[in-house]
Amino acid sequence: MATVALRKLVKRYGSVEVVRGIDLEIADREFIALVGPSGCGKSTTLRMIAGLEEISAGDVLIGGEIVNDLPPRARNISMVFQSYALYPHMSVRENMGFSLVIAKRPKDEITRRVAEAAEILHLEALLDRRPSQLSGGQRQRVAMGRAIVRQPEVFLFDEPLSNLDAKLRNEMRTEIKKLHAKVTATVIYVTHDQVEAMTLADRIVIMRDGHIEQVGTPDDVFHRPATRFVAGFIGSPPMNLVEARIDQGQIVFGNGDLLPIPPAFASVLATGQKIVFGLRPDDLYPTGHGLNSAHADAVHQREMRVNLTEPLGNETLVFFDFAGRDWVSRMLSPRPLLAGASIAVTFDLSHAHLFDATSGAALTRKGG
Amino acid sequence: MERNLASRRWSRLAHLGRLAGLTLAMLFICLPGAWIVISAMRPTVEIMAKPPVWIPHELSFQAFISMFGVVGQGGVPVFAYFRNSLIISLTSTVVAIAIGMSGGYAFARFRFRGKAALFLGLMLTRTVPGIALSLPLFIIYARLGILDTHFALILTYVALNVPFTIWLIDGFFRQVPKDLAEAAQIDGCTRWQAFWRVEFPLAGPGIASSGIFAFLTSWNEFALASQITRSVASKTLPVGLLDYTSEFTIDWRGMCALAVIMIAPALTLTFIIQKHLVSGLTFGAVKG
Repeated sequence: MATVALRKLVKRYGSVEVVRGIDLEIADREFIALVGPSGCGKSTTLRMIAGLEEISAGDVLIGGEIVNDLPPRARNISMVFQSYALYPHMSVRENMGFSLVIAKRPKDEITRRVAEAAEILHLEALLDRRPSQLSGGQRQRVAMGRAIVRQPEVFLFDEPLSNLDAKLRNEMRTEIKKLHAKVTATVIYVTHDQVEAMTLADRIVIMRDGHIEQVGTPDDVFHRPATRFVAGFIGSPPMNLVEARIDQGQIVFGNGDLLPIPPAFASVLATGQKIVFGLRPDDLYPTGHGLNSAHADAVHQREMRVNLTEPLGNETLVFFDFAGRDWVSRMLSPRPLLAGASIAVTFDLSHAHLFDATSGAALTRKGG
Repeated sequence: MERNLASRRWSRLAHLGRLAGLTLAMLFICLPGAWIVISAMRPTVEIMAKPPVWIPHELSFQAFISMFGVVGQGGVPVFAYFRNSLIISLTSTVVAIAIGMSGGYAFARFRFRGKAALFLGLMLTRTVPGIALSLPLFIIYARLGILDTHFALILTYVALNVPFTIWLIDGFFRQVPKDLAEAAQIDGCTRWQAFWRVEFPLAGPGIASSGIFAFLTSWNEFALASQITRSVASKTLPVGLLDYTSEFTIDWRGMCALAVIMIAPALTLTFIIQKHLVSGLTFGAVKG
């Protein structure tokens, strides 16, 4: 039973501030994902929670208690490292039971708890092997087993899947989700892979340059990005984001291309205002190959030339040249398209996102 | 088919060639050692013969027997020298390894001011030839009144070995991923437990090998020992070899016999520890 809270948490290396005063409340048994590009401070934050990194300022609370000066062993946490960090001189069994041996638990209890964890992770047959005799996926599972055996209040995962190949990563992702359902503990999961964050987490924390851009459910961060950065970071392929300005009731792009103002934003925009226009590939599609918009008044159509196509089987990504750059669109139930062809394209502007060009903050729609 | 056959024949031939080459090289390298062993057991006439007598006509253990005989009648205080060598080498090795481990670990793991300069400074001490230190050391030790003691040699050898052991052990600790000690700390270890239970066993083979180096340096060192030691109380085996030289003659056979006695423990030790020098122990700790 542990909540985790970060209060104005700061990490400095000399004069460089890598974590800049972040605040975060994590509920008991919540699965939270910290995502962001390399160097955004997510791993450092996790390491401060673990006690592996000194805190420059602010507080870390676990279970309501300030743990700033407690060593890692006193925080009742487990951590799965990106490198797995298995002890190479010990067997899988010894690796998994190590924390219990250190805690001087009775032998039969160690045997039982290792066996339980091994069963959950299907490691029974590998217990006597050394880490060097295991494949990447197996090592990953042992690392998770070692974390489970401790029965901690908080699990910390530091990019645990980034060393695995794509297929194994998907499998392990599912395993982690199942594991969280079985092992009731708070999970803090660091990743740079937004798919992992979206699929696993109850809430996602998007970090950039040492501060938090947005905290929200996967639905929140996808459908209601708070900033331009979040909009561009979450979603694959990423949202089309192009700078523009408002002129005479229209959105005018740098090269003179025009789009009508989405009705929901009509009353919040002023002439001359500089904005960033964003539209997800799902909301831009060859006419007849997308999801019908709920707002007929917000649909805009125009003829565009196909630059390139990327067929993915069940859908095709189609690239158009518009407003002076490539826009990507998602074509459902695809038909063959040739580069250079001119086709009708639908913009579903009811799903458009507008951001302030200078601050990057999302502009609110009328009526939410 | 024919090209396969030819290629297979070639690779077999090349393999034989390699074996022959390696055998020759090994013979060449081992010759001085073998020559010492043979010379310890043959008469002086044969040792001095020109051209050399390759196959000894007669072998005897006379030199070994008289070595352990009465001092002055061909005997030398082997046991005393052996004991001195052992005490001095073992003690200085243990101390050098203890300091080397602490220093190496600190250099490998911690960030502190002046680290690079300190490391370079330690390495620079290796550039000074030991013999250049003999006179200053002699004067200082004479003033301190520790000439001709075990302590003087132990101190000298520790100073000689520490930069080397720090440098070697630093390298071995660097190879042990930092994540492992961190994982151990999260698993409930104190910093110290993490070191003893995880990092030390993994760097163990490296530490053992630097131990061998330190031991052999102390065991074989002659130049400084010959200045600092005076009597049976502190003379080591290499210095003891000089007992076989007198004003007009050198007893080559006796000297070789003592050399054999000297080589034996070093060789045995290396063989014993060699088993533990298994490389690649850290493989599998982190992503391969």
